[in-house]
Amino acid sequence: MEKEYEDIPGTFVFDADRSREGYHLNQFCISLRLQKNRDEFNANEEAYLDKYPMKPEQREAVLKRDWNGLLELGGNIYYTSKLAANDGINFQNLAGLMTGMGVEAYRDMMLHGGRSIEGNRYKSEWSED
Amino acid sequence: MARITAGVGCSHVPAIGVAMDTKITDQPYWKPVFDGFVKSREWMKKQNPDVIFLVYNDHCTAFDASCIPTFALGAAAEFKPADEGWGPRPVPVVKNHQKLASHIAQSLVLDEFDITIMNEMEVDHGLTVPLSVMYGDMGPDDEWPALVIPLAVNVVQYPAPTGNRCYNLGKAIRKAIESYEEDLNVVIFGTGGMSHQLQYKRAGLINADWDKRFLDLLTEDPVYASKIPHVEYLREAGSEGVEMVMWHVMRGALDDEVTEVHRHYHVPASNTAVGHIILENKAA
Repeated sequence: MEKEYEDIPGTFVFDADRSREGYHLNQFCISLRLQKNRDEFNANEEAYLDKYPMKPEQREAVLKRDWNGLLELGGNIYYTSKLAANDGINFQNLAGLMTGMGVEAYRDMMLHGGRSIEGNRYKSEWSED
Repeated sequence: MARITAGVGCSHVPAIGVAMDTKITDQPYWKPVFDGFVKSREWMKKQNPDVIFLVYNDHCTAFDASCIPTFALGAAAEFKPADEGWGPRPVPVVKNHQKLASHIAQSLVLDEFDITIMNEMEVDHGLTVPLSVMYGDMGPDDEWPALVIPLAVNVVQYPAPTGNRCYNLGKAIRKAIESYEEDLNVVIFGTGGMSHQLQYKRAGLINADWDKRFLDLLTEDPVYASKIPHVEYLREAGSEGVEMVMWHVMRGALDDEVTEVHRHYHVPASNTAVGHIILENKAA
């Protein structure tokens, strides 16, 4: 099936293929919405992760808190944000990390109207990605 | 008979809830966001709906990846605010008009909208933030002034339902409500948006021109607006901007011609453009 949304730069559209790839990773992330699970995870991350049959590279991205890596490997932001919340990182600070801008520069960009749509519609407008 | 008198479109940014819960709405960052809801709260007092039909999306809170219903109607007696990873919001439990919800569920399926029925469900910021901004501060021991029937729409896993499907669902919801015998004033909310992208390297995208055009179309040419394809939301309004399809459910439940009584638009709240509109049926 043709995916007409694949040419949007800096974006993963969480479609059925990504959902399938990221299933166990995302189920791990959502488990952290409950305090008892956060406590268990924080006491021993490796042991907690053993309960979720995710791919080794997904597990590694969790342990390293590789926020973009998690998305590349099928994670969805609403799930990975639960891992971030466990670490005390809110949505805006997480965006600061994922964009590589840093928290302050990202917040400043938002205060000045956000990232412009101009030059950000198509992958061909970006030098990388 | 029950009747739909008005529709409310409203963003549901979680940070707006946090700002209210931590009492920082007067800070310079937040004041312009909340100033736009002063008139809305007066309107809500005057409008005083018996029931709010609230279209929202769950953000991987009550629904995990194991089951992804496109449309899920809340039929439980009540819905508790969920712990989304930072503790439940300190707001009232949401109470349903359970008999009307059951009637709508039955009517929709016979009308060929094969919805999922939820008899157990917690609700996240997608549902509670619109109630908070429209009613003002309410503690966990208070009661929301209206009963609430939630409709959760999948907008997390692509594809969300099309704008056209949402618009027609709105019409079926209206038909269901207007065939219910009790005399009820029902207001319908469509929530989410406006332009925002929370993820990866394009995070922070805002497209105010596109958002304002969307609000114009919603009021003046809703059928045209309902035909906007998914890829346009994703590209022009950000990957999470596709939440705006839910506003078409609200719009579909109203008259073709409506009166726009209030509009508010502000950038930013956290990562998001805040949009808000109040539309009244002319006969109301």
